Amino acid sequence: MAAKQRKTTTVEKKLIGVADVVITAAERSKDPTIEIPIRALSNVSFNARKGLIEMGSKKQARSFFNVGMAKKFMQTVLVADALSELQRAELTTSLREIYYRTKHTIQDSHENTFDTQDESDPVIEDLEVSLSALREELHVRAENSGSIVGPVVFGDDGDRVDCAKLGKGGYSVPSIVEPEYLEIRRCTADFVLLVEKGTQWNRLSEDKFWRRYNCVLLTGNGQPPRGVRRLARRLHEEYRLPVYVLVDNDPWGYYIYSVIKQGSINLAFESQRMAIPKAKFIGLSSADPERYELPRNVGIKLNDKDIARAKELMNYEWFKKPAWQAEIKRMLTSGLKYELDALANKDFQYLTKKYLPRKLKEKDWLD
Amino acid sequence: MSKKHSMSPSTAATTAATTAAKPVPESSVPKKAAKPAQQVTAVEMGARQREISVSEFFTKNRHLLGFDNPRKALLTCVKEAVDNALDACEEAGILPDVTVRLEIVSTNGTLPPASQATRFRITVTDNGPGIVRQQIPRIFAKLLYGSKFHRLRMSRGQQGIGISAAGMYGQLTTGKPVTIISRTGPRAAAHFFEVQIDTKKNEPLVHENKQIEWEQPQGTQVAIEVEGKYQKGRASVDEWLEQTSIANPHVKLTYCTPEGETKEYPRTYHELPPSPREIKPHPYGIEFGMFLKMLQDTKSHAVSGFLASDFCRVPPQLADEICKAAKVPPHAKPRELKGPIAETLYRRIQDTKIMAPPTNCLSPIGEKAILSGLYKQIKGEFYTAVSRPPAVYRGNPFVIEAGLAYGAAPQDQNKPRQPAMPKAEGERDEEDSELARVIRYANRVPLLYQQSACSTFKAVLSTTWKNYGVTQSRGALPGGPMVIFVHMASVWVPFTSESKEAIADYDEIQKEITLALRECGRRLGLFLRRRERAASEFRRRNIFELYIEEVVEACNRLKGGKLPKEKLKAQLQKIATSRTGGLKTDEALGKTNAGPEGLPHSIIVTEEGIEGEVDLAARVQADTAAAPVETNLLGDEQPVETQTKAQEKKSAGVKGRDAKLLKGEAAQLAPFKGPDRPDKPKKPSRPNKSDKRVSGSRPRGKK
Repeated sequence: MAAKQRKTTTVEKKLIGVADVVITAAERSKDPTIEIPIRALSNVSFNARKGLIEMGSKKQARSFFNVGMAKKFMQTVLVADALSELQRAELTTSLREIYYRTKHTIQDSHENTFDTQDESDPVIEDLEVSLSALREELHVRAENSGSIVGPVVFGDDGDRVDCAKLGKGGYSVPSIVEPEYLEIRRCTADFVLLVEKGTQWNRLSEDKFWRRYNCVLLTGNGQPPRGVRRLARRLHEEYRLPVYVLVDNDPWGYYIYSVIKQGSINLAFESQRMAIPKAKFIGLSSADPERYELPRNVGIKLNDKDIARAKELMNYEWFKKPAWQAEIKRMLTSGLKYELDALANKDFQYLTKKYLPRKLKEKDWLD
Repeated sequence: MSKKHSMSPSTAATTAATTAAKPVPESSVPKKAAKPAQQVTAVEMGARQREISVSEFFTKNRHLLGFDNPRKALLTCVKEAVDNALDACEEAGILPDVTVRLEIVSTNGTLPPASQATRFRITVTDNGPGIVRQQIPRIFAKLLYGSKFHRLRMSRGQQGIGISAAGMYGQLTTGKPVTIISRTGPRAAAHFFEVQIDTKKNEPLVHENKQIEWEQPQGTQVAIEVEGKYQKGRASVDEWLEQTSIANPHVKLTYCTPEGETKEYPRTYHELPPSPREIKPHPYGIEFGMFLKMLQDTKSHAVSGFLASDFCRVPPQLADEICKAAKVPPHAKPRELKGPIAETLYRRIQDTKIMAPPTNCLSPIGEKAILSGLYKQIKGEFYTAVSRPPAVYRGNPFVIEAGLAYGAAPQDQNKPRQPAMPKAEGERDEEDSELARVIRYANRVPLLYQQSACSTFKAVLSTTWKNYGVTQSRGALPGGPMVIFVHMASVWVPFTSESKEAIADYDEIQKEITLALRECGRRLGLFLRRRERAASEFRRRNIFELYIEEVVEACNRLKGGKLPKEKLKAQLQKIATSRTGGLKTDEALGKTNAGPEGLPHSIIVTEEGIEGEVDLAARVQADTAAAPVETNLLGDEQPVETQTKAQEKKSAGVKGRDAKLLKGEAAQLAPFKGPDRPDKPKKPSRPNKSDKRVSGSRPRGKK
């Protein structure tokens, strides 16, 4: 094989370790077992000092000779194999491609190794955690579903990308933004504004909000992907830019903010390099409708799911600050949620011309 | 005013009486006043009022008797004739041997194909006791004439309408008389009759009456020509006969279809059902009006004697107690008890605790016979049967029996597994959405129509089959390859109509059916769990075997292809066997030979052989196997071997092949046919090779 001369990477060594687990166990007539840290609320803790969600030490044993786990075990080994193939070939791929690569019908049966992608995705995450390798290191990328515009210059594969000269479309944030893949050559902005929705990002970009307030506009189209979060973190860390988060006023918006700030439960092990503990919540706050005189009729009634989720949030360690408890309670008492788009009720450019300027002037944000 | 003809005779009579008694003031009816031209006087009306004969009534209302459409009419005629034949044979203690022949009758000179034909001749021949000459015309050509109405004894027929109604229907649609041949014994002469019914008088008209030569030593043959339609499938003559054969395994049934085929339903149970006794009415089942009538008709001279002798379960002592409670002197004359006194007496009787009626008037099919019937006609893996103890509704004793056949025959199980096509995302194994089939019986007669109105069907629906490991959607039949058999035996089956299509919904009946079904379900659940356990052990071992291959391959690739694959595989396989319990699994998989536990009166068919009532199953097989060969010999003088070969050459269809196959099997089964095997062996003998072949290829019902 051509790859023989190439030096094996650390990640590749870790992947081969999976095979070693099987071989050693087989030799000792033991049940091959992989230990996988549990990715659930029960195994995360909030580190108040660092302002991060950290993963606990609870682990789950995945063993081969257990009827309930045999298939999962087999799938894990298959995915490890596919990932090491990527390493050897020095390619990156998507989650879906991994699914297709590892899917086949098991010999002498009509059973498939994987039936849907829902089976293969968690296995990849399992490997990420148990090998403590980042997804980027595993050469698995997500969709490019983020955009950036503003006074920042990147070096991407040798090309100079000036985000101030990319019109209103901006630059599409790649899913892997580690320094070796994306270089930040220059940044003169004063702060980063991370917007939940693409529509509102478009409004701000079209209105050249970033030029007037000298900021970087970022969006992740909903729950921001890793690339966007990591890029915001790099701008925050490397250029000391404060990060403001603009989301809808609903439990899901709050959670998006909390993921950006403290990291997510599912990927708690990545909080270290993704979370921005100093990020601020700029809006929409449940106090805003009153303050900005939004009519009640642009609100949306909270449904049962919303209410349940909001109550869940109130119980999270990192939402225990009094200001946040008040914020969420206020939403629950009003029984309404508001979308960012609702600001258009007052004026199409209300967000750019009135809302954000006033917020920034009054320093009206939540920590 | 002609509407009175459509009323039932009794109501017509009472209306006539009331109208005659009441003078109708013409002016009081405004409608009539508006149309003075149509006024009719009471005298004129009286002149039009006359008696209606039962036959006239049923001629107009033939749907009440099951002659609504040509297809159903054909079935009803066959049913009535066969019911009578079986009742007669059983009452005379003869194992019934019945032949049903359906022939197409041409209407325009050419014989149409069976599906197009509109006219059929139904000939039913039995080996019963025959009928005495004098009675023949009235039995076949007078409605409401018979032996079964005035007694409380379990029989198929109840009212004495059936066969004469069938004859009347034939007469009405084809104009042909009913022909009867009957012979009461080898020494007696065979009588040939052609009778029609005088519908006005409800009296028989004899067209022809002569003595003839008949090849049968004893028995009766009825031939009716009717307008009908022959169509296979649900609620067809074929289905009815097949179901009859399931519930009556002691009957040998031969069926010549209009298409010229001969179907044999062999006798697989060689005992006659015990002859049911006649009983007196139970006091709880008598209505007040009936009670008054009985008081008038009794032969006893004292009330206490009347109670003790005209009812069952009323000993003289109890009769005296009742009289005392009702304040009636025990020696009072029954005929003189009237009005309120009679009513108090009646109430006291209802309040008194009286023993349930005797049950020797019933003749349930029996668990073994049901099993053998189901096993003979239905392919499956599991059979069970439950007979409930007798119970009572409205003073009528009854017995509920339920049976169940589940699963695909072993030879069918392996078929769909062949094409192991890789499945795409979202694709699933095609699920069997088949629903269970309910076969219903009342006094051994299959009920084919009005399933959803029937108490049995409702009981099946209300049973929670999910508890027994069978799928069931809300308000639907349970799913899966299953046949549910329900039989009600009673001296008086409460049908919802005269055409006897559905059993009425009495709470007591429904409760008994539900209990029987639950027991069947419980056993099915045990069977399914047992099978599931074996399958899951098998799957466990299989899973590891399947995945080991994958894991080894992946590890090898991870290691850059430098792995001693075989060694790793062997090591892993060794762990797998030790983890799945080795020999213990073999046991769970049924490779050792432990019989079914906790499954009384059940048969389990596996690929390895049969468990449970093995001897019963073997006997059924021997009988089914022997039957066609026997008829071939009777059919013509050719030796069997050559005939089957000839048939095979002509490839004349399934029957020829089966006959040959079966002959071989009959020989194989010889060891099972030992004459005096213990009734129910504790441990079934080890299923041997021959078992396997038999269960794999024996012919069973066409289902």
